[in-house]
Amino acid sequence: MAEPILTVDNLCVTFGHGRNRNEAVKNLSYTLGKGETLAIVGESGSGKSVSSLALLGLLPRRSAEVEEGRAHYDGRDLLALSEEHLRKLRGDRLAMIFQEPMTSLNPVLTIGRQLTEGLIEHRGMSQEKADSRAVEMIDRVGLGQPRQRLKQYPHELSGGMRQRVMIAMAMATEPDILIADEPTTALDVTVQAQILDLMRELQGEFGTSIILITHDMGVVAEMADRVVVMNKGRKVEEGRVEAIFARPAEAYTQRLLAAVPRLGGYATQPTPRTVVPEPVPVDHATSVVDARGLTKRFGGAGLLARFGIGDRGVTAMDDVGFTLAAGETLAIVGESGSGKSTTGRAVLRLIEVDKGEINIDGRDVRKLGPAGLRQARREMQMIFQDPFASLNPRISVGDIVAEPMVIHGLAKGRELKDRVEALFHRVGLTSDQIRRYPHEFSGGQRQRVCIARALAVNPKLIVADEPTSALDVSVQAQVLELLLELQQSLGLAYLFISHDMAVVEEMAHRVAVMQQGRIVEMGPRAAVLNDPRHIYTKTLLAAVPIPDPTRQRGALPKLDTTTMPRGPLAEAAPGHLVAA
Amino acid sequence: MAAQVEPVSASAADLGTGSFWWALVKSPSGAIGLVIVAVLVIAAIGAPWIAPFDPLRMAAGPRLQPPTLTHWFGTDDFGRDLFSRIVHGARLTLMIGTIAVGISLTAGLLLGLIAGYAAGWTERVLMRLVDVLFSFTEIVIALACLAILGVGLTNAMIAIGIASIPFYARITHSVVLVERSKPYFEAAVAGGAGHLRLIFRHLLPNVVPTLIVVGTLGISTAVLAAAGLSFLGLGAQPPQPEWGFMLSSSRDLISRAPWMMFFPGIAIAVTVLGFNLLGDGIREVLDPRQRQR
Repeated sequence: MAEPILTVDNLCVTFGHGRNRNEAVKNLSYTLGKGETLAIVGESGSGKSVSSLALLGLLPRRSAEVEEGRAHYDGRDLLALSEEHLRKLRGDRLAMIFQEPMTSLNPVLTIGRQLTEGLIEHRGMSQEKADSRAVEMIDRVGLGQPRQRLKQYPHELSGGMRQRVMIAMAMATEPDILIADEPTTALDVTVQAQILDLMRELQGEFGTSIILITHDMGVVAEMADRVVVMNKGRKVEEGRVEAIFARPAEAYTQRLLAAVPRLGGYATQPTPRTVVPEPVPVDHATSVVDARGLTKRFGGAGLLARFGIGDRGVTAMDDVGFTLAAGETLAIVGESGSGKSTTGRAVLRLIEVDKGEINIDGRDVRKLGPAGLRQARREMQMIFQDPFASLNPRISVGDIVAEPMVIHGLAKGRELKDRVEALFHRVGLTSDQIRRYPHEFSGGQRQRVCIARALAVNPKLIVADEPTSALDVSVQAQVLELLLELQQSLGLAYLFISHDMAVVEEMAHRVAVMQQGRIVEMGPRAAVLNDPRHIYTKTLLAAVPIPDPTRQRGALPKLDTTTMPRGPLAEAAPGHLVAA
Repeated sequence: MAAQVEPVSASAADLGTGSFWWALVKSPSGAIGLVIVAVLVIAAIGAPWIAPFDPLRMAAGPRLQPPTLTHWFGTDDFGRDLFSRIVHGARLTLMIGTIAVGISLTAGLLLGLIAGYAAGWTERVLMRLVDVLFSFTEIVIALACLAILGVGLTNAMIAIGIASIPFYARITHSVVLVERSKPYFEAAVAGGAGHLRLIFRHLLPNVVPTLIVVGTLGISTAVLAAAGLSFLGLGAQPPQPEWGFMLSSSRDLISRAPWMMFFPGIAIAVTVLGFNLLGDGIREVLDPRQRQR
């Protein structure tokens, strides 16, 4: 191992006092070598972020306390330094990149001002020198027109560009240690691949040591030299990345790795695996959804826009059409802003489309009046991404699950209670949880409540909008299993919206790839994922990090979104449609 | 994934009533506010027993007597006992506060809920109306209402209530906009819920905590406004023991009998302080972000 630059010894961090005392980090020790990337992985609540924030003295001062421990860096103990001394190191020798590029830049200051601040403060550079260094760094992180960039404000840049600015800021002083807290979690997969490449390049150039905090095993496999696995505040295991992936010693690490969905894991099977002994027979010829020519434009509704002047708005859906058969899962994949969520909401008529028809069970839901629509909503339900916001915090979960049945007059009194209880058992919750309120549940349990609510009216179709992307991998695996089981025992059709290709591969019969409001490729899962025809699909698949340190992700194909084919879909193979 | 502690989406309902009061007592401002308001309420309810004299009885003692052991706060120019008048005044003050806030809260809540829920033209028309009302100072609207309704304490309460409707409507509207964009609302729509269910079962309970805080703070504003109107002679009429009116009637005697001005003034100030502290305390307890820090 390289000569250590940082040695953390017996770190303990607690929150709260007395009865509310909560040990977030317990006896954590590790060393970081010079020029090395150390990944700290764990699920939410494992203490991985807290332990790193403690090093920089960034913990919330009134509630958190570093009870014990030392962190040796350059002959000093970081945890014992005064705020004044620590401030001199922060942003100079020790830099940090945060998860959310949208909020980690100050919106009212120019990029240039934010980039040069640290240089002037720590290095005593003149404004001119700092400016030229900033230009150099902006150029280095791959943002064109560096001079103009300095005058721009954060809102003029996309998420990926902002993260590049954050990296430029962090690396401008050539720090010894860079702490990156989930640096790519909020980014699209193609952008993530570029940012990871950039971080690796800069590390090679400056010899920076990186502490990478992440929950994504794909990112770990791609970036890390060594790995520290944390669970509930304790270090579970530490080792070289190859060893951790090939021969995890601890049961927890083994479970964690087993739960990670791997793209290609189900490549040979044409349909999702069967998880129930006797799947209910469904007639795959009956179409549940038949959507044609859906078009939706947001904004641009003003008088001027009507005449083609001024704000034309954003096209969220442009001539989107697909069919979904009973008992089938159609996955809609795409990056943020591709219109995949809009499509899901349009199908349930939670938003009104401008053009097109949506036939559910042979009825065009766009033509239904209020009463007809309410009736139709018994057939279709939705599961949302954020399990913390999709349950009303002031209603008990039992009442939440009962509500759709009350609305549609399906049951009351004793029968209602029994059905709620049956639904709770159906999704793996217990009867004694019925009276509780949403905040008493974990993310995975809340998502089970959402699923129970969706099942309450015996729907034929469930639109699942990123149902597991807010969950930890082990919980994600359980929820996906439950969804498969419900589909196969109840014959449900799923419109499964996701950005995660590995999850899609596990769940879907057919896949539709969306890009800026249009479907660019659609077909059976095996055809689309194993034999992508459209350049955009190829790029998406190539960008997915592989949770296996022995395999290298290939270079990304050059993608020019302005010239790639986006025209009407044409059949490339039976059932496999590609934009021409 | 920086969440090391499960985010507490806390609220009064989550806490349960017992721990809500306990948390309120533990926050310093909440505890002081609670004590002041409790004293006021006790004074108001028990006024006939606490007050040593009839507040309206003239010549209960010598005129313009400074504070003594029999007349704790002294007497006024009609020889009425000031302490008794102030204790009875607490009744009027609390009534003014609750009725005025009750009027503005109810109307503002309904307006804001309907505007925020309906969206489109209804929202635009309602909120522009609120904006128009907002462009006048509350006291001007209150004066206009009094000009129409006529002078008197009851009308003053109504006037103050009407004048602060826009304030509550705007706050409700903004909270509703936030809440209706959350997925749980969409889930209820997808479940087939009708208008009434969406408004009263899903939106209303999530708006109320904010309005409890605003309403508590609003009581102090209403009390001040009522005192102001009474001072101008538009609210309470003689011989009602209203604090603002007591202040104004002592104006001419300020050099001869300063206690006549001092005690009602203190009573108003302490009341306003009490409700402000209580409002701050409730906000601290109800706002999870404030609590976590």
